[in-house]
Amino acid sequence: MKQLNYIKLEFPARSVNEGFARAAAAAFAAQMDPTMEELGDIRTAVSEAVTNAIVHAYPDAVGLVQMRMRILAGDVLEIMVRDKGRGIPDVAKAMEPMYSTGGEERSGMGFTIMGSFMDGLRVRSAVDRGTTVTMRKRIRTKEPA
Amino acid sequence: MKVTSSYQDGRLTLFLQGELDHHQAAAALKKIARTVDDYLPQDCVVDMGGLTFMDSSGIALILKISRLMDQSGGRAWVVNAKNQPLKVIDASGIDRMIKVEV
Repeated sequence: MKQLNYIKLEFPARSVNEGFARAAAAAFAAQMDPTMEELGDIRTAVSEAVTNAIVHAYPDAVGLVQMRMRILAGDVLEIMVRDKGRGIPDVAKAMEPMYSTGGEERSGMGFTIMGSFMDGLRVRSAVDRGTTVTMRKRIRTKEPA
Repeated sequence: MKVTSSYQDGRLTLFLQGELDHHQAAAALKKIARTVDDYLPQDCVVDMGGLTFMDSSGIALILKISRLMDQSGGRAWVVNAKNQPLKVIDASGIDRMIKVEV
């Protein structure tokens, strides 16, 4: 797919950056003229993916989280969130609704929400090498006013 | 993210305002648990009218409030959730476990 525009961001895995990541995602996506609902979907999915990296990837240190966003031909927004942390031993299990290894402030619904708010979701992970979550959403072109 | 509350006749209402994410969730949970302990209400209404954003951390928060109320024999439900928070609630399916009034 032809790439029309992109950004790359890198930030430490600190929870204060969750709000920054979804604001940055919304600002980048704005050029595609999404609806308010689509923008909400993007912010939600980014919040889930970035939070997973922050909560799970680096138990003993503050590592780095990378976020790359691309606009692809056909009004498709692609968001990739990557860490180089401990990885997920069983991705299928981690993606089950209500499954969580986080604290009581986690619900285990992150992947379910990413999958339901975006059109495509792929999770690749290797133990001690990290996790990459890639999501795609087609932005429906609005009718001219 | 701000949590305020009011109490009348056995009913505690929690007003959530702003953006609720993982960064905010632990502090909000602590404050809510303390407030529920203080009043031991019969009913707990979670008013999401002022919430402009929530992710799955909001689901964890609702489930925790529901459990707290179960433990004391009370009931909890959610009111006034707007578009984005409501969509997260719908996607999670927790409206099968706790009443959600729009």
